[in-house]
Amino acid sequence: MGSRSSHAALIPDVDHIRRETGFSQASLLRLYHRFQALDREEKGFLSRLDLQQIGALAVNPLGDRIIDSFFPNGSQRVDFAGFARVLAHFRPVDEDDATIRDPKQPEPLNSRMNKLRFAFQLYDLDRDGKISRNEMLQVLRLMVGVQVTDEQLESITDRTVQEADEDGDGAVSFMEFTKSLEKMNIEQKMSIRILK
Amino acid sequence: MEGADLALKLLSTWLTLVVGLIVLPSAFGLSLGISELYMKILVKTLEWATLRIEKGAPKESVLKNSASVGIIQRDESPMEKGLSGLRGRDFELSDAFYFSKKGLEAIVEDEVTQRFSSEELVSWNLLTRTNINFQYISPKLTLVWVLGVLIRYCFLLPLRVTLAFIGISLLIIGTTLVGQLPDSSIKNCLSELVHLTCCRVCVRSLSGTIHYHNKQYRPQKGGICVANHTSPIDVLILTTDGCYAMVGQVHGGLMGIIQRAMVKACPHVWFERSEMKDRHLVTKRLREHVADKKKLPILIFPEGTCINNTSVMMFKKGSFEIGGTIYPVAIKYNPQFGDAFWNSSKYGMVSYLLRIMTSWAIVCDVWYMPPMTREEGEDAVQFANRVKSAIAVQGGLTELPWDGGLKRAKVKDTFKEEQQKNYSKMIVGNGSPNLELD
Repeated sequence: MGSRSSHAALIPDVDHIRRETGFSQASLLRLYHRFQALDREEKGFLSRLDLQQIGALAVNPLGDRIIDSFFPNGSQRVDFAGFARVLAHFRPVDEDDATIRDPKQPEPLNSRMNKLRFAFQLYDLDRDGKISRNEMLQVLRLMVGVQVTDEQLESITDRTVQEADEDGDGAVSFMEFTKSLEKMNIEQKMSIRILK
Repeated sequence: MEGADLALKLLSTWLTLVVGLIVLPSAFGLSLGISELYMKILVKTLEWATLRIEKGAPKESVLKNSASVGIIQRDESPMEKGLSGLRGRDFELSDAFYFSKKGLEAIVEDEVTQRFSSEELVSWNLLTRTNINFQYISPKLTLVWVLGVLIRYCFLLPLRVTLAFIGISLLIIGTTLVGQLPDSSIKNCLSELVHLTCCRVCVRSLSGTIHYHNKQYRPQKGGICVANHTSPIDVLILTTDGCYAMVGQVHGGLMGIIQRAMVKACPHVWFERSEMKDRHLVTKRLREHVADKKKLPILIFPEGTCINNTSVMMFKKGSFEIGGTIYPVAIKYNPQFGDAFWNSSKYGMVSYLLRIMTSWAIVCDVWYMPPMTREEGEDAVQFANRVKSAIAVQGGLTELPWDGGLKRAKVKDTFKEEQQKNYSKMIVGNGSPNLELD
C-alpha cells in the first residue's frame, strides 16, 4: 500500500546525511518523501529522466545544467544522500552556523563559498575550474534557445568574460568569478527555506 | 447435510434481505434511509475522533494548516524582478542564481507531481492508510479504530461486493435483454430504467452519498457533458442521475463484456485502440452523434487522466472542437470518508476497487452548470480554458495550466521556448523602461 511513515529511521544513513547537510530532522524527512515521490518506479535512486519529468524544471532555461549537477563524475544515478547534498547548497544561512562551527570541520555546504561554487559549476561544463569563452557561449545558448543570433550572443559572451577576467587568460577562474560577485547578496538569492 | 443446509439458508436469507432492502428500492429511485443513518453515525464518530486527537496532542494542531501551505517559502515575483542585479539589465553571471533557485524549488516541490498522489488529510479519519502523521493517542481511539476495521472488512466489504456483483450482472443481463427489442420509445425507456437501477445499486455498493446541485442544468440530449476526472467512479456518479452516451476505448475482459452489452441497449461510442489515434475519425464520429438531437448527451473527461481532486489540469482541446453545447459539471469528493482518487501507476483496478470498498463511504458533490458554447473569435483552446476555469471555481479546485499527461510524458518544448524568449528579451532588448536598481 506504500504507507509513509513519520519515522526518520527509515532513511538510510540519516545521521551521516544530517551532519553533512545540516538539515533538520523534519526537513530531511520532507525531502525524503519528495525523493520517494520523484522516484516513481521505487528504484531507490533517481535518474535524469525522473528529474526531467518535473514540468517546471524542464521549462527552466538552465534545467539541463541543474540536472547535471546532481550527477557528478559521469554517474547516471543519484541516491538520497547525493540528492540532499545538492539541495543543502540552498539551505538558508542561519546565524548559529557561523558561531558553533568547528574550524577543523569542512565548510558547511550552504556557506557563501559553496553556493558560489555551485553556481560556478553550472557554467563550467568540463569541470576544469575555469569557464572558457566557449563554455560561456554554450551555456548562454542553452538559456536563450534560438531567440538570439550568434553575433549577439558572442558579443555578450566577450563582454562578460572581459569584465570578469583579471589575469587575461581569456577564461574566468573561480577566484575571478567570486571577485566579480563579491557585492552580491548570495545568501539571500540562493536560499530555499523549507517551512516544516 | 445439516451444515450445508444451514449455510444455504443463511445465504438465501442474506440475499433476500439485500435484494429487498437495497436493490428493489433502487429500481424505483427510493431510499429506505439506512445509508443516511449510517452516514450520521459515521460523521458523529469522526467528529469525536478528531476531538480526541486534538486533545491528545496539542502540538499536532500545527498540522491543521499543512494541507494548504506548500513546504517551501516561495517568492513568486516575475523573472524581471528576480533577475535585476547590480548593474543595468544585460546578461550577468549572477543570472544563474535566479534560474538555479527556481529549478531547485521545482525539484523540492512542483505543482504537478503532488496532484498525482492522494490529498493529505487535516485530521485522521480512522483508516490505516491515511495514518501518516498521527501517532498513538489513547486506548479509546484505538478501540474505535479496531471496531472500524472489523465493521469495514467483515460486514461492509462482503455486503458491498455482493451488491457490486448484483449490479453488474443486472446491467449485463438487463441491457442484453433490452437490446433484443426493436428501436422504439419503449426500448429507450426500458434501457434508461435498467441503466439507472444498476447504477444506483453500484453506488450503494460503494456507500455513495451524492449531492446534486442545480439539477435544472442537467445535460440535455445532443449536448456534450464535460467534467473533471478523479477516478472511474466519476462515470458511476454521473450516470446515477441521468443517462449519458459514453465515449471510450474498447477493453477486453469484464469491461469489454459490459461495454458490448451496454451498446446494444443505447448508442454509446466505443473506439478500437487503433481508431483512437486518428483524431479526425474520433471527431467525425462524435460530431455525428451530437448532431442527432435524439441521442443522449456524450460524457467526456477532457483532462484525459485521473487527478487527485485538488486541482483541474489542462483540458485537451479535442472535445471542444466538436461543436454543440457544452454542459460543464464539477465533481468534488470529500476526502474525509474515503479517498476516491485512482493512482493508476500505483494501484491496479482491482486493488483500487478493494480500497474504495473498505473505506467508510464515498461522499461527493456534483454541480451542474449553465451550458456554454464557443463564442465568436474564440478558438478551441481558449474555450477549453474558459470551461476549465468555470469548473475549477465551482468545485473549489485550483486551476493549473499543466497537462495531466505530464505524469507519463515530457513537457512540450513550446513552454521552454516561452521562458527562453522572455529571458532573451531582457538581455538583448536594451533594458526596459522601468528598471529597478538594487
